[in-house]
Amino acid sequence: MGAMPAIREYGLSFLWRSEWDPVKNSYGGLVMIYGTLMTSFIALCIAVPVSFGIALFLTELSPHWLRRPLGIAVELLAAVPSIVYGMWGLLVFSPVLSTFVQRPLQKLLGDVPVLRDLVSGAPVGIGILSAGIILAIMIIPFIASVMRDVFDVTPPMLKESAYALGATTWEVVFKVVLPYTKTGVVGGIMLGLGRAIGETMAVTFVIGNFNQLNSLSVFEAANSITSALANEFAEASEGLHQASLIYLGLVLFFITFVVLSLSKLLLSQLKKREGSRT
Amino acid sequence: MSSVAVSAQAALDASRLNHHKRRKLINAVALTLSLSAMAFGLFWLIWILFETVRLGIGGLTWALFSEMTPPPQAETGGLSNAIFGSLMMVSLATLLGTPIGVMAGIYLAEYGQKTWLGGTVRFFNDILLSAPSIVIGLFIYAVVVAPMKSFSGFAGVLALALIVIPVVIRTTENMLTLIPNALREAAYALGTPKWKVIAKITLKSARAGVLTGVLLAVARISGETAPLLFTALSNQFWTSSLGEPMASLPVTIFKFAMSPYENWQKLAWAGVFLITLGVLALNIAARVLFRTKN
Repeated sequence: MGAMPAIREYGLSFLWRSEWDPVKNSYGGLVMIYGTLMTSFIALCIAVPVSFGIALFLTELSPHWLRRPLGIAVELLAAVPSIVYGMWGLLVFSPVLSTFVQRPLQKLLGDVPVLRDLVSGAPVGIGILSAGIILAIMIIPFIASVMRDVFDVTPPMLKESAYALGATTWEVVFKVVLPYTKTGVVGGIMLGLGRAIGETMAVTFVIGNFNQLNSLSVFEAANSITSALANEFAEASEGLHQASLIYLGLVLFFITFVVLSLSKLLLSQLKKREGSRT
Repeated sequence: MSSVAVSAQAALDASRLNHHKRRKLINAVALTLSLSAMAFGLFWLIWILFETVRLGIGGLTWALFSEMTPPPQAETGGLSNAIFGSLMMVSLATLLGTPIGVMAGIYLAEYGQKTWLGGTVRFFNDILLSAPSIVIGLFIYAVVVAPMKSFSGFAGVLALALIVIPVVIRTTENMLTLIPNALREAAYALGTPKWKVIAKITLKSARAGVLTGVLLAVARISGETAPLLFTALSNQFWTSSLGEPMASLPVTIFKFAMSPYENWQKLAWAGVFLITLGVLALNIAARVLFRTKN
């Protein structure tokens, strides 16, 4: 609705224009879209293995009396408001990241051709990498609890048969439970991805809010759709600037809509199969 | 001849043993990794809570609740107007969103269980449930703020209510479908009309669950910042009028934490401490309530 002027002005080319200049009144969304996708990608890379480990621990390894409290602790991590993560990320985590991760990495990879570009820039601790890590911490609980729930759905009969054949715990999980719950696990990951893409406050705090795409470095400050909205919208002038921001919001909504629909579809497929077997 | 067979057997045994050892090793490595993943997850929770408590508890003075948000680099000051604004908007949004959410949940569970409309509503509700909250803020901006030409607490309330509704719908529906059908049938057999069955039997037995849903919704919106940024905006002064921009705790924290002023950052930590405490308390309360009633 409010995006109409921007859509009329740029059409679909808005998606790959990288210029964003309120002074010249010229807008393009590439930088933000790239920032959003890149941070979510980093977050998934970290969160998926970790959540898998947590779910595995909660369903197979943990002693019974520990399961409930640990499960609750993970769920509480999901309940902490995102602004807390953001502030913690900006004031506590990013200095730590800067001194203990970024500087050594720069020293280490300073001479390697391709990787060098990935880690260039000032190691101040805010940028795409820190945003990705904070996002990962935020979505781990979501993915982990979905995974735990679908792992619990696996009929014990299947697992016990595998154990009886002499399979190790790892083999049971990897070759019996995981194939059985595949769609559910993917659905859970999609759910986490949806959250990561739409997350606003935590990202706004740590991404640095700087419109650039000159270097591919993950240490460089950048911008995402949500942080651009959060920072500029209230001050945006009427007209094209505001319309462009709303257009960005529309793009964001479209991306999350697709991701969430996919996850719904996959999860409901699991449910259907479950129904047919019992 | 037999010695060849024996040595072949021995080699086979050895390779089997090796294979077995390898499987065991892989298992041990995988399980250790899983254990460390768990530790990794808990580590963040503890670190975040620890920092929040460490930096926030010092700011927890009487002035925090009694004084207004200060200008940069002032000596004193609190968050009273932000706390008040937050409480007001959250409670109004809950009051607005709960009845609608419960009604819609009843429809989905009791009337529209398998209809085409019910399915569609359920699907869109799920999408809305996890839609980015900033998009909801944008929507309210376009629908309420832009035509009225001013930011207002009222718009903030609407945005928050829009987040409450799907959460309440979802839990209400889930709780109602958990009620055994025998209960409904027994009531029908006594000749009770449908609305009375719903009001007196099913809703009553699902009360604890529905209440849990409402509590969780309150916990969620009290930490929401994004939808308030351009609906309620913020305000440095005390206001209880819904027609004006209204301060809220999360937005104030956002503003203060991003600033370079030390007193603002201190207040932001105190605010974060308050919010985290409140949200965690609500979550735990919801869990305890749900468990004792069931």
